[in-house]
Order: sequence, then C-alpha cells, then structure tokens
Amino acid sequence: MSGFPILSIMLVIPALGALACLFVPAQTARMIALAATLVDLVLGIVLWANFDIGGAQWQFVEYSPVFGRFAWALGIDGFALMLIMLSVFLMPICIGASWRSVTNRVPEYMAAFLFTEVLMLGTFAAQDLFLFYVFFEAGLIPMFLIIGIWGGVNRIYASYKFFLYTLLGSLLMLVAMLYMAREAGTTSIPALQAFNFDPRVQTWLWLAFFASFAVKMPMWPVHTWLPDAHVQAPTAGSVILAGVLLKLGGYGFLRFSLPMFPEASGQLTWLIFTLSAVAVIYTSLVALVQADMKKLIAYSSVAHMAIVTIGLYAFNRQGIEGAMIMMLSHGLVSGALFLCVGVIYDRLHTREIARYGGLSINMPRYALFFLLFTMASIGLPGTSGFVAEFMSLLGTYQISTWTALLCTTSIILGAAYMLYLYRRVAYGEIKSSDVRAMPDLSSRELWLLAPVAAVVLWMGVYPESFLAPMRKDVTTLLARIDRAAPPSDSRPRGGSVAIASTKVR
Amino acid sequence: MDFASNFAMVLPEEILAFGAILLMLVSAWGGPRSTRAVSITSVLVLVGAGLALLGPASSGGVAFGGLYRADGFAAFAKVLIFVAAAVAIIMAPDFFQRTAGDDLRPEYPVLILLSTAGMGMMVSASDLLTLYVGLELQSLAAYVLASFMRRDTRSAEAGLKYFVLGALASGILLYGISLVYGFTGTTLFGDIAQAYAGPRSMGLLFGLVFVFAGIAFKMSAVPFHMWTPDVYEGAPTPVTAFFASAPKVAAMALAVRVAVVAMGPALGEWRQIVIFAALASIVLGAVAAIGQTNIKRLLAYSSINNVGFALIGLAAGTREGVSGVLTYMTIYIAMTLGSFLVVLQMRDADGEPVEEVASLAGLSRTRPGLALALAIFMFSLAGIPPLFGFWAKFAVFDAAVAAGLFPLAAIGIAASVIGAYYYLRVVKIMYFDDPAPAFAPMTNPVEGGLIALTAAFVSPLGYFAIPALGAWTMAAARALF
Repeated sequence: MSGFPILSIMLVIPALGALACLFVPAQTARMIALAATLVDLVLGIVLWANFDIGGAQWQFVEYSPVFGRFAWALGIDGFALMLIMLSVFLMPICIGASWRSVTNRVPEYMAAFLFTEVLMLGTFAAQDLFLFYVFFEAGLIPMFLIIGIWGGVNRIYASYKFFLYTLLGSLLMLVAMLYMAREAGTTSIPALQAFNFDPRVQTWLWLAFFASFAVKMPMWPVHTWLPDAHVQAPTAGSVILAGVLLKLGGYGFLRFSLPMFPEASGQLTWLIFTLSAVAVIYTSLVALVQADMKKLIAYSSVAHMAIVTIGLYAFNRQGIEGAMIMMLSHGLVSGALFLCVGVIYDRLHTREIARYGGLSINMPRYALFFLLFTMASIGLPGTSGFVAEFMSLLGTYQISTWTALLCTTSIILGAAYMLYLYRRVAYGEIKSSDVRAMPDLSSRELWLLAPVAAVVLWMGVYPESFLAPMRKDVTTLLARIDRAAPPSDSRPRGGSVAIASTKVR
Repeated sequence: MDFASNFAMVLPEEILAFGAILLMLVSAWGGPRSTRAVSITSVLVLVGAGLALLGPASSGGVAFGGLYRADGFAAFAKVLIFVAAAVAIIMAPDFFQRTAGDDLRPEYPVLILLSTAGMGMMVSASDLLTLYVGLELQSLAAYVLASFMRRDTRSAEAGLKYFVLGALASGILLYGISLVYGFTGTTLFGDIAQAYAGPRSMGLLFGLVFVFAGIAFKMSAVPFHMWTPDVYEGAPTPVTAFFASAPKVAAMALAVRVAVVAMGPALGEWRQIVIFAALASIVLGAVAAIGQTNIKRLLAYSSINNVGFALIGLAAGTREGVSGVLTYMTIYIAMTLGSFLVVLQMRDADGEPVEEVASLAGLSRTRPGLALALAIFMFSLAGIPPLFGFWAKFAVFDAAVAAGLFPLAAIGIAASVIGAYYYLRVVKIMYFDDPAPAFAPMTNPVEGGLIALTAAFVSPLGYFAIPALGAWTMAAARALF
C-alpha cells in the first residue's frame, strides 16, 4: 500500500460528493451522499486491513509542502485509525437516519454532512499542527449550519452557543500553536511530540490547549453548549456530534497535551480529576431529572466523557486504553441512543419522556434495541460500555483512589437515570392512542441499528480487536510521559502503616 | 541623478496623473456621453500604471533627492491599490444606472484615478512633505467621491462629514509634521530616524503622537474612526467599496513606512500607540457592529475591526510583522471588494438598492449562489478556517507571537470571537430565516465573475497561494529593513 494516498482519497471522495450534491435534486443527493460515505467505509476497512499492527508508529504517511508555512501532511497511528473507523462507520448511518426525516433543503443537508466527514477525517489524519487546526476549526461551519437550518425550535440560540463557545477555546490554542511552531522550529506533530518544551512554558501551553479541548470534550463547567446543541440538532446531527465531534477533545488530549507537555500534564492532573469527578456526579444527577430524552442522553455524554479524561490522565496502560475504548464505545452507544430517540421522534414529533410509555407492547423490536443500548450505556458486562468503564476506572485507581471512588458512582447513577428512562418509555401502560398507533421499526431503521448493536457486542466480548492496533502507541506514549507521572496514592510508601502490615504477612 | 531616471521611477503615478488630466479634458468636451469610454480608458490607465511597476518603479531606487522611494514594498501596495481602484470603476455603471436621480458622470473614474495617484505617492513617500501632498491629493478626490450623488442628502452629508473631519485630521498630521521638522530639522525619513535614535526630546515624542493620530484617522483606527460608519453609509456603494479597500491599504502602508523607516528607533514609543489602536479597533469594531441593521454600516465597522488586526502585525515591528500586514491587506481587499459586490446586488424588484441586513433573509433559497458567496466572505472575515481569512489573521498573530507580544495576541484573538458573532448573524439571516422578497436578478456578468473570482480566492483554494504570497510579502518587507 505504500505510496498510494489512501487518506487523501478518503478526504477527496466526500468533498467531491458534497460539491456534487449541491447541484442535483433531493433524491439524487441522498444517493450520492450514501454512496460517498459507503465508499469511505470500504476504504476505511481497507485501511484497517492494511494497518501493520506493531509496525511503524505512523503509517500511510503523505507529505506535500504545498502551503509553504505548513504542509499537507497526513498519517495515522492506532489511535487515529480507530477514530477514523468510528467516523466512517457512523457516517452512512447518519445519512440513512436522515433519509426520510429530512425533507427540507436536502442537497445542502447532505453536502454539509459530507463536508463534516471530510473535516473529521482530516482532523484525525493530520500530521501537521496547522493542518490539524484548519480541519479542527473548520468543522464548526457545517455543524453551525446543520443545527441552525435543520434544528428544532430553539435552533438559532443553540447554533450560536455551539459556535462561539468552541471558537473561543480553539483560538487560545492557536496562539499556543504559533508559539510552539516558533520554539520548536517545526510544525510536524510527530516531531513536536519528541520536542521537550521548557516545563514552565508547558503549563501555559497546556492550559491553552486545555481551553480548546475542554470545551470540545466537553468538561464541566464548559459543557453547557452540548445539551442545547443536541436537543436542537436533527437526529443525524446529534449522532455525529456525540459520535465523533466529542471525540476531538479526547483525541486532542491524547495527541497534544500528554505527549507534548508531559510535565504540565503531570502537574495539572488534579485539575482534570477534580473537574471530571464533579462532572460525573453533577451531570448524572442533572440527567436524572430531565424531561427531554435527548437532553438526558446529552448529560449522560458529559458524564461519560469525564470517564475518558480521568482514564487519559491516569498515566498508565489500563487508563489510556480504557479511555480510548470509552470514546469508541460512547460514540457507538450514544449515537445509537440518539437514533433510538430519532425513531420515535419521527413518529410522534416529541422528545418529551412523559408522552411515551409501554413501547415494549407495540414496538417490541424497538424496545429490544433500546434496551441493549441502554445497558451498554450503563456498562453491563458483555457490552462495550463495561470494558470501557472498567479499564478506565482500574487505571485511575492506581493513581488516585479518591477519584476512582467518586467516578465509579457514574455506574450507579448511570444505571439510575438510564433505567428510569427506559422504564418510563418502554414499560408501563400505553398512555395515549397516538402512541398505540406507532408502528415498530421499519427495515431501514433496523438496518441502521443492527450494525451498531453488533459492534457494541463485539467490543464488549472481544475488545482485543480494537485494542491491538493501539497497543504499541500506548507503549510509545507511556515511555514519553512516564517521567512526569504524578505520585500514586494507592501504592504503599515506605514507613507507612500499610508497609508494616505487608511485612507481617 | 538625471531627470529621466527620476521620471522613470515615478512612472506609475505619472501615468495616472496624466491619464486623469487627459480624461478630464475628454469628459469636459464629451460630457455624459463619454462616461463609458472614459471608464474603460481609466481601467486601461490603471492597468498601464500596474505594468509600469515592472520597470524601475520597483527597483528600490530613490528619486528626487530622497523625496520618493520606488521599492518593492511600495510596488506591492500599489498593486493592491490599483486592483481595488479598477474594481471600483468597473462596479460603478451598474449602480448608478439603477439608482433613480443621479447618473454616473465621467468625473467619477477621473476622480478615482487622481485619488489613486495620491495613494501611489503616499506609499512611496520617504519624506514628510511627499507624504502630506500624496495624502491630500487622495483625500480631496475622496471627499468629492463621497458626495457624488448630488441629489441624495445622505451622500452630501457623507461628503461634508468626511471633509470636515478629514481636514481636522490633516491639520493634526501637519502639526505633527511641523513638530518633527522643528525638532529634527529635516523632513527626510532617513534623517528623522537618526534623530529618533539619539536622545528624544518631548517635542519629538509629541510629533510622533500627532503623526500617528493623523494616519490613524485615514485608516479609521479607533479612536479616530467616528467618520467611517456615516461616510460608508452615505456614499454611493461603489465609492464605499473603494474607501474600504484602496485608501486603507495606502494608509496602512504609509503607517508601516513611517513607523519602521522614519521612526524605527522609537519602536517602544509607537508600539504603545499601535497596540492601543489595534485592540481598541478590534473590540469597538466588533461590539459596535452587533447592533447595526444597515449592511454598509456593518461593513464599515467590520473594516474598523480589520484595521485593528492588521495593526497587530505592525505592532510586532519586525520583518515578519510587515509581511503579515501586507498579507492581511491582500486578503482583506479580496474579502471587502467581494462583500461590496454582493451588496451591490441587493436591490428590490424595481431595481432600487436596499441596504437593510434584514432584506438578506432567506437569500440562500432565493439566490443560493449569491448567499454562498456572501457566507464565504463572512466566515472568512471572521477568520474561520478553512477560508483564507484565517490565513490573514494567522500571519499577523504569528508575527506578534514571534515578537513576544503574547498578551496582545491572546487578547486580540479572543476579541475576534466577538467579531465572529455579527458575521455569523449575516449568515444566520441568509440561511436560517424565512425568505424575504427576492432581489432583482443580476444584470452584469462582469460583477458575477468578480464575485466568483474573489470568493474563489478567499475559499480554501487560496491556500495554494500561500507560498507565493509569503515570498512576495517577505520580499516587499525586506525593502524596509
């Protein structure tokens, strides 16, 4: 595969598809969009099949200095591969989910989605600091339009909030990037990952990147754009937002903050842990009292993303691998949950939980899928959520027992709000005749949900398939950041009571 | 140096000046019937002046005993100015044809040519008096252009306001020049720099402050921006497009040359002024634009905001900074001219121009191409990648960071979020709102072509111009250091 610019082709196909969509009628635009995303999915599978596990860190490298100050440099490691797979997997599902429900300005809608795909893939594949920034930031434009044009009643407020919040964070990162490029004399991400910045400067740079990634993640207390954006976005918009765009924050921490500023990361772990613990407990409690299904899932996303951040900053293998699996798992599960909400929203045009009830009676197949994803969100063993939460928390425990203790409540509280949601929607009596008249899943909807369910179970039963490509990258990352790992409170120290008791034994 | 070689170096300005005078005679003789011919010839004169830049006019030589410098920096700025002037002439006939009341008269292209000749002198000036004469030539022509629609009270008001406030600013500038002359004994930039390198008296500092105040007025930087919204709103749209592009480049290039060449040793002093003007312009330009309902006023505040960003490059005071300023102005010109060309298409079913931002509602459905172009300009002005406006901001902030001005870069870049809000509002109105009555169809294919051309330059395609743009602006900046 060497020399074949597969990553560029994966970017060009949806871009051309998007341009083509603008000039054709609605049905053709749908077809073009589906075809382009499916081609990218196939190319993604080819990419994974040809990825040399345990081989060079950066594979499928492309380099062309066409832009002068920065280069068209693409290349992926295991982390990027997994997130690219997630993106190309969810994209056709998003197009499918919008097949019937979007009837207004379809060509523009499909073009916006395809552009989003280009920008997401570009963000994950970029190997140049400023190329990354361009892709990272440009994603705001199509999402702004998707929320603002095809969103719900309060869409304009939500689109502004989404745009301005994330823009402010990113711009501070840009200043830091300018400094880094000057200081290190290169814009290549692999080179910057090996460059040792002055530890005093690292703190400032870390904080600037944190401003951007914390908003994207989103971490408490800058998460407030997410529920608004989710509630107002169309179903497929929510899927992409939860499925892929939220991963940009975690990916950023993994790609930039940790390897480029290890000392600062070690010193500021307390900040991440505190914010994450607050997020887990606070947003879970908020999720409990939501009356709107999408808002509930949005708040649960914030809680799950907090598990990602604690895993990343655990400075050990279990934590980082757990965080990556959490990102993949959350992308699939919350995406699927938004699809489930979309299915009944298309029928009744409300997301109010109280309007539904007893769906397991008239929509048994729907109830089954909804149950599976609910359980995966809670973290039931056998689903991807379990693997993710278990590994992240295990990693965190080794470094901070208190954080692990507080964040484990995520499982209990998660069970509380998700089961409570499921009980109200699927069980009980059917409250009104219009709910009774709702038909079960159509074959199109079945085809959207079934692949996600299969992957969720696959990841839950045999996570090794997904861990293997990342293993060597985790080793590389740990070798880089190990020197800055913060002291652990779970391992006994010399002279303490704990040591004495081990000696007796 | 003999007269011929002096003459060769100022060839672009001579072509413009002689062209303007000849065309003035033609128009006096031919009257309104000659408008079309004079307009076309004026554009050709601008092209000729541009071609003249290829010769000794960009050789880096000094003409007339140091009064005038024909270097790469001036040549670069002149290219931008000539292009903007040509577009301003090209877009005029359509506008005046549609507007009830005043017709386009042949004086319009002639005045633009004279103003352009003044701007050519401004950017090449290496003496305070050349500077002043060039500035006045540019301004006097501009005052008349602002009030070109004689039957329109708003246009008359714009001209009067521009004249009164412009005269005041010229007075301030002249006062500063007299102080500098009084305390240095020279008006040549090179000699002034030597005086600033030594111990600085209070008089020298006052002179510096007044000179910068006068120039800040011409580029409409805060706190000397008050005239801008009124003049931009009242002046005919092609004239507004001209004001927002060419004189800005000229004033910015002038400021760069005065700051770097004449007052380079006083970097610490003028940097404070520039930083203040930059941040104040960015913040005020952004905040004040939020409440605007008239698209031309909105673009006026946008231009104030953009001048602030360009000044960040100047604040760096380095070669990268100057190169950043030139990069910024190049991309800014494309965005501004493109936006005003779209504004020109805003007219109701009777063909009368409309200027309300609200009339853009639902433009994405009534005129998708036009809406897409304006959306590209707006996102680009907001500096969102992958549009080329991002690169403009990148260039100046990169220079500021390299010069160690971190707080300036951080505050400036954070304030650009405020600016993003009102640019987004235009996009929101076009794409999210229900359609307003459709605009009259486009009649002039040249304007459509120019919109497409500028939009393509500002789109991600522009990124391929980065290496060339970087090399040219660096070569131009090297002429000053």
